[in-house]
Amino acid sequence: MYRIESEDYSIKDEPFYAPQGSEVHLFESAHQNLIPVLLKGPTGCGKTRFMEYMAWKLHLPLVTVSCHDDLTASDLVGRYLIVGGETRWVDGPLARAVRVGGICYLDEIVEARKDTTVVIHPLADDRRVLPIEKTGELLHAAPAFNLTISYNPGYQSVLKDLKQSTRQRFLSLEFDYPEKELEQSIIVHESGIDQDSAGSLVRFARMTRNLKGSGLEEGASTRLLVHAAKLIVFGIDPLEACNASITQTLTDDPEILTAIQEMASSLF
Amino acid sequence: MKKPLSANRIEEKLEELLGAVLTSRRTASEPALKLSLLDRSSQEFALHWAGVISKSNSEMGFQFVSHVSQALKLMDSDGVTQWIIEAMDIYDRQGLYPGSASFREAKRFADRLSQKRHSVSFGDVVGILNKYVKGVSGRELEIRADNKAWTDTETLFLPELVNQFDSERLNFQLYKATGAFLLAQTLFGTFRVDVHTGIPVVCTAITKFQDQARALRLFEAVEEIRLLNRMKGELPGLVRQMNELKFLSETLPEFNGIDSLLEQVKKPDSDVLDSLAVTQQLYKQKLTLSDPVCYQGMIDLERVRQVAKQRVEIEKEKFRTDLAMLAEGIISEFETEDGQVEDQVNRVSITTQPDSDETGEWEMTLTIDGQPIVPPDNVVQTAKSIVQDFGEIPEDYLVPAGDGQYRQDSQVEEDRNEKANSGAEKTYFYDEWDYRRRHYRKNWCVLRELEMHPSSESVVEAILEKYSHLVRDIRRSFEALRGDDRMLRRQKNGDDIDIDAVVESYVDVFEGNELTDRLFIKSRKLERDLAVIFMVDVSGSTKGWINDAERESLVLLSEALQTLGDRYAIYGFSGMTRKRCELYRIKTFEESYDSKVKSRIAGIRPQDYTRMGVTIRHLTDKLLNVDAKTRVLITISDGKPDDYDGYRGEYGIEDTRQALMEAKHAGIHPFCITIDSQAHDYLPHMYGHVNYTMVDDVRKLPLKISDIYRKLTT
Repeated sequence: MYRIESEDYSIKDEPFYAPQGSEVHLFESAHQNLIPVLLKGPTGCGKTRFMEYMAWKLHLPLVTVSCHDDLTASDLVGRYLIVGGETRWVDGPLARAVRVGGICYLDEIVEARKDTTVVIHPLADDRRVLPIEKTGELLHAAPAFNLTISYNPGYQSVLKDLKQSTRQRFLSLEFDYPEKELEQSIIVHESGIDQDSAGSLVRFARMTRNLKGSGLEEGASTRLLVHAAKLIVFGIDPLEACNASITQTLTDDPEILTAIQEMASSLF
Repeated sequence: MKKPLSANRIEEKLEELLGAVLTSRRTASEPALKLSLLDRSSQEFALHWAGVISKSNSEMGFQFVSHVSQALKLMDSDGVTQWIIEAMDIYDRQGLYPGSASFREAKRFADRLSQKRHSVSFGDVVGILNKYVKGVSGRELEIRADNKAWTDTETLFLPELVNQFDSERLNFQLYKATGAFLLAQTLFGTFRVDVHTGIPVVCTAITKFQDQARALRLFEAVEEIRLLNRMKGELPGLVRQMNELKFLSETLPEFNGIDSLLEQVKKPDSDVLDSLAVTQQLYKQKLTLSDPVCYQGMIDLERVRQVAKQRVEIEKEKFRTDLAMLAEGIISEFETEDGQVEDQVNRVSITTQPDSDETGEWEMTLTIDGQPIVPPDNVVQTAKSIVQDFGEIPEDYLVPAGDGQYRQDSQVEEDRNEKANSGAEKTYFYDEWDYRRRHYRKNWCVLRELEMHPSSESVVEAILEKYSHLVRDIRRSFEALRGDDRMLRRQKNGDDIDIDAVVESYVDVFEGNELTDRLFIKSRKLERDLAVIFMVDVSGSTKGWINDAERESLVLLSEALQTLGDRYAIYGFSGMTRKRCELYRIKTFEESYDSKVKSRIAGIRPQDYTRMGVTIRHLTDKLLNVDAKTRVLITISDGKPDDYDGYRGEYGIEDTRQALMEAKHAGIHPFCITIDSQAHDYLPHMYGHVNYTMVDDVRKLPLKISDIYRKLTT
């Protein structure tokens, strides 16, 4: 009854991923040694793409859960549903990954409710079990199972910090926006834009990243640059593309908006 | 249309208003005569303002009526209003003489106003340019206003006003271009310092010319070309805009037939020495130049020399001290390994690689005694600045500071700390709303935060004893409010099946009714995400019963809030005149309800007057710094706003109302608890009809206050 088609979660084509360092090798080693992984880094720097790439590389199904502040433990583990006058247990995404031995990627884990950490703790140490309270089942993780969580140390409030008891179960891989040349080549690859414009976009992003902490919560991410580049390739004026896909996305504050618009107009 | 008033009629009115400053020689007849020539609405406008101004100062009023006719001829009524507001601002800040002078200069104000239409002022752009400069360079450079545009390499000085073009957009562009150009000067080494003398190369070089002014002008022009070429690769859009501005302002520099010479400064890696070499050549050719380019500002060699010298010294010390501290760490490592102390002189080497492609980006490798060190951020910062001065890190910088120098430096540090500490009693400035002028008085109130003088904690114990029944009740009723889990039944989805709902649904099915899909239980946490500040009136009028009641109320409230877990802060406010507004800290958000707080509550004593507006503005800022969904500002007061220097009646009420509106706009919920039985007359106007409550008997305040709070926040 709880058969899942792991095919649906497998990644067939190689995703484009340009390594920033030794993270690919580290992740492989962690997976081999049954160590769960924590990805740290700002939004839009390639964490999710990295996971897709690793799932493809290791031939594992990838179950991604984007955590939000209403996500409870049952959303991860599973729940009873009523079907035709009977109750029927349905696995949650985490339980599925544990059963079939896939990668479960909990994106932005600190956003989830506190009770979810209780569920992942026994999975994240050497027990590697998932107790399902409601069915009384104790699920042992398949050898290929891997738990990966991500979090952004940059902007969360003190209330949403990751507890030591949680973080100290994971191997931590730090992500940041790629180096200039690498970022430029990523943008070129993803959007098909010319090298020069990609270079200007990268410079623009770095200018906005300089403003982090003095008016901006976060600078422009690689993802936003790719958006802008795609628009430019599509024939939209670079200034307009930057304004729509980067500047206006970053802030609503009129003063900072003007400053960033001026930066863009200085570049193009 | 009504008929204009006669000169006599106007004179009568003026005498009424200005009686205090009129004498037999100085009468109101001349102003009255001039005013009588105006139409009725202008006359009424002038008389209205004469009344308003003479309430502040009669002499200012007289100056106003003497010049208002002229002003009305020069400007429309909006312009005249601006003229009045500016003069009154000057009067507020600088006193009667400059204030009345400003009324006399109606013509100049009118000229300025007509220019101002398209002009852009420093205040309009400084915020944007700050961000712009930080973003483009990654460095924190101060931007300040001055009468001309220049930089001393640490601060960018920009003019107060730019009105060169007939369009606001172009004037703004010019501001930006000027800032960017000055920034380029600091980034691309216009003021690079000589390694041996510690003086900028350009300063020494220019003094060697006979006609220094001409040489400097040539240098500025050449340097402009060099900097624009350096910027072009990086910021092509900006350079294009700058060229446009040059064209529009007709300040294109004229260099004829010397293009080959200028090639030297157009290389991508050209530096200030190239510019100086070209300057030398041009100087020999007896070339003179037209006006400087519109955005280039000027170079003040003397100031640059002074600032550079100072900075070079400080940074050298700092760098060497930092190195010494790094080296110390290394030595101790050696000691543990070898068991003996190595030679004290560490061999330090450093390589920096300027990243030609990116402004402000550096690769720096540091080795001490052959060990590569990852330099801490502060060292990197200093090194960056040094490299900007010298183009490299000079040899003698690489000798870590000895003991003596280190101590000297820490002395400086101590002095600096002391300075910072004297600011422990921080001073804040706030605007105040003048309802008569319908404008803010700028930086009118001076507010200081003080600590409430503590008294014996036993007072609090006594209060708790006295109200022990009530305290128990309060705890019980507030416990029920706590943000505990609540089960929501009959939901479309949820964590568990709602068996009751399922059973009922079966009944429905058997009866042939529709099957509901609401069969689940969802548990939801009701979080009270609330921050509240209590602003307690400790003015002189609270003496006696009221003061006791306030103290008791705060104790009981704290008990309730402690049970509830809401974040709260308590401040007392009082003061005397606008220059001495005082805010007494009783409990901050960060503090817990401990014996210190208790003894401060016990220490609440009546002080002076009640200036509410400034306090509300200050506490609004405080509330906005707290991360909470709901923010509440509760005032506990015994009467109207009232202060010694005219802050009473309508003026005080209107300022308070304005401050409350500002708070509301910022998303804060203001609420007032008062014991003034006259409160119905003014509180609805200030707080709105539902945002206050009156406790008719002061002795009931402690009994009621927790109830009021509970109703307010559920």
